[in-house]
Amino acid sequence: MMRQKLSGWIAVLFLSLVLWSGFAVAANASDDLSQSDLRHVLERLSFGITSKQLELVDRVGMESYIESQLNPQLVTESRVLDDYLTELDFIRQNPIENQQKVRRWAKETQDSRLSNEELVKRRKEIRELNDRARDEAIFAQLARSIYSENQLQEVMVDFWFNHFNVFANKGASKLWLSDYVDRIRAHAMGNFRDLLGMTARHPAMLIYLDNKMNIAPDSPAGKRNKQGLNENYARELMELHTLGVDGGYTQDDVIALARIFTGWGTDILGKHDDSGFFFYKLRHDNQPKSFLGQEIAANGIEEGEQALDILANHPATARFISYKLAQYFVADLPPSSLVDKLSKEFIETRGDIKQVLNALIHSEEFNDRQYYKQKFKTPYQYLISLVRMAEIEQPNYKRIQGMLTQLSMPLYLYAAPTGYKNTQDAWLNPQAMLQRTSMATAIANGVLNRDYSVKQKRLQQNFGELSANTKRVLAKTPPKLRSALILGSPEAMYR
Amino acid sequence: MKRRRFLTAAGLAAGGMLLPIGCNSWVAQTSSSDTRQRLIVVLLRGGVDGLNIVVPHQTTEYYEARPTIAIPYPKTKDGAIDLDGFFGLHPQLQDLMPLWKEKKLAFVHASGSSVLERSHFQAQDYLENGTPGKKNTQDGWMNRLLAQLPQDRPTQALNVGVTTPYILKGEMPIASLKPGKHSIAPISTDRPPVDRAFSSLYSGKDDLSKAYQVGKKAREIVLSDLKQEMMSASRDAKSANAFVDDAAEVAKLMVGNAKTQLAFMEIGGWDTHINQKPAFDNLLPSLGQGLATLAAELEPIFADTVIAVVSEFGRTVEENGNNGTDHGYGNVTWLMGGNIKGGKVYGDWQGLSQSVLVENRDLPVTTDFRDIFSPILHQHLSVPRDRLELIFPNYEYTNELNFLT
Repeated sequence: MMRQKLSGWIAVLFLSLVLWSGFAVAANASDDLSQSDLRHVLERLSFGITSKQLELVDRVGMESYIESQLNPQLVTESRVLDDYLTELDFIRQNPIENQQKVRRWAKETQDSRLSNEELVKRRKEIRELNDRARDEAIFAQLARSIYSENQLQEVMVDFWFNHFNVFANKGASKLWLSDYVDRIRAHAMGNFRDLLGMTARHPAMLIYLDNKMNIAPDSPAGKRNKQGLNENYARELMELHTLGVDGGYTQDDVIALARIFTGWGTDILGKHDDSGFFFYKLRHDNQPKSFLGQEIAANGIEEGEQALDILANHPATARFISYKLAQYFVADLPPSSLVDKLSKEFIETRGDIKQVLNALIHSEEFNDRQYYKQKFKTPYQYLISLVRMAEIEQPNYKRIQGMLTQLSMPLYLYAAPTGYKNTQDAWLNPQAMLQRTSMATAIANGVLNRDYSVKQKRLQQNFGELSANTKRVLAKTPPKLRSALILGSPEAMYR
Repeated sequence: MKRRRFLTAAGLAAGGMLLPIGCNSWVAQTSSSDTRQRLIVVLLRGGVDGLNIVVPHQTTEYYEARPTIAIPYPKTKDGAIDLDGFFGLHPQLQDLMPLWKEKKLAFVHASGSSVLERSHFQAQDYLENGTPGKKNTQDGWMNRLLAQLPQDRPTQALNVGVTTPYILKGEMPIASLKPGKHSIAPISTDRPPVDRAFSSLYSGKDDLSKAYQVGKKAREIVLSDLKQEMMSASRDAKSANAFVDDAAEVAKLMVGNAKTQLAFMEIGGWDTHINQKPAFDNLLPSLGQGLATLAAELEPIFADTVIAVVSEFGRTVEENGNNGTDHGYGNVTWLMGGNIKGGKVYGDWQGLSQSVLVENRDLPVTTDFRDIFSPILHQHLSVPRDRLELIFPNYEYTNELNFLT
């Protein structure tokens, strides 16, 4: 049954053979879904409902839609998005080349013959290149979240970025941000071990959690430079990336893991290859280690791979990731039956994220009506959803970035490794309500695109049935404030 | 316990405690609230290295453990400022020395949580929920404290920040002040037609409505206090430093009509795994200046104010391989205010010899943070002793420190 629907969907997309029997089968799939069931699925699997999405689901059926969202490689990406991304230069540039450029300019500033004016100019160039790389990475992600046809994939990028959070303003991170997000996207629905391994070697993470400075004190490099262990990455790798704080590790495990990862460093100038990563043998601790009850024989870089295998396959990791997924997609306090189910799927599929998501979306708990419209949107989810639901074209991304800052959720700028929370208690407070309703008003008045007017009719279509209270207040509100009211309504703040 | 205090507070006007007069002014019927005691808690997130804040400069082990990052002896280059012949203050905190000399500033060394926890987030949670070792506590201890105080206007408790921190989470409404320069920039809901529409939409008893209503009331009060300040001369000399600006505004709201009684502020950036010295040189002056600003601006009520600076844990006694320090345990708590018996470093200091250190690496905790805050709540804020249990459950405090006048 599932396969039939999938093949029907592929046909719709790629062969445009719309008039065949598979289509008719698929179209029936949404028949037994009520409007609120359908909207629930769309709101949780995307950043906000658009008329295009509603038409698509109406055409191919919900099951086929879900299948396609779980298989982003099969979906044709939006032209609007592709056109915008081609306008951005930095997201396609090689971070290593930019890093070399920055290094060259920085060297020039050391030249004592440089006039003060030239010095200021050089420094400004360096700063601007870094900031532009960061800002373009941000704009690209805002655009993807708003316009990508692969909405679930972008939702997962949001989930995983916060799970493997890095802080854009630390060290040389800005130049690597776009690359980091792209690699997260590439693994977002893939295998957890691959995703984990990517983050462990990525310069953005090596810089952020200081592992590039993690050096065995007794190693040749440690002795020469009088440098030593840095526990930062090892601790957060267990606490936040895999096992969770209750995952059953000890301070000795933190130290063992830090020793295992000695030598895992950055090569941001590309002296060895263009990965940005390099394993420095001379920094590595070559003694055997005991980690989580297992003996790790001295084996260079392979020790780290072995530790990542142990962590990725640990039942505590399956549980921790499952809990976070259930919390993100279902409820702030997710039902334990669901967490159990997802953990089981995670273990059985050895961390196949797509399969875990599939189990999640088709679970009884996900589809339980008591959880409909219960997730309070984060500022990111809220603003993106307003742009999507109002179908604003060519929004001012810089403005959106500014609004996110005002709402305390600037993209890629959360300094602590926990990443942003996605629960109501983290984001709902008196000040936030004033700001959200004020921003909704500004957006309804065209602040994101002066040439595009937000239409109340379109909003009502995308929001579906409003609550009795919202309808009552809407009826007595002056027409020019009605779009603002819908964008600032409880219906817009919950998903 | 089923508490409905939120509704009480949100419906203050109806309850008769407050009368809205005109459109902007809130006047309490009880005049006693003018003499209310204040508490400001400043949380240094990231685990500040207390051993380099209040430096044990007579301890050989300190200098042995920190060959590159130790703060040198007093009266040497970049040396500590001597406090009492044994401890010294980080030189970048010189703005606080007048308060020390006036005996309005004290420290409690080797203080912290009774539960050893080296995860930032877990340790911060314990410090904020007030129940170390218990993770699922729903509310923060400052919110529970607010519930025990005589209720006043919605600006009675203030958070500097846009998201509510754990320490202030709970059933009592909390006002917030946007940090930084544009704290009172106009927003759409300031315009009456927009406010009318949303006030009507959010007139119910649900979470969003309650938040909106409290937000509106608090904003009216804050705007009226800070607009006056905007016009005063001191505002022209605004520093480039956000914490100092925020401190001035908090003081205004405490002295002014907002009558803010409890305030919470936070500064991040203390997780100094690498190159600690430049990080401290960058962060400490603004912290010191901000605290000095608080003290100066709170002058009319400073005698009734306690300011406490805390952090989730201290850092390793030994420096690490990157001129920094890793997550440790015991730390220093800072106390300022008119009725602090200052000019003294409190606490049971046992030295830094290997036998004293926890797990052979960290300063032990000899004073539980609840032993510091309990007397502040009881003696300073007049929370009856039998009610302390509601704020710090399952904790019996022994006021051995005796740091309040």
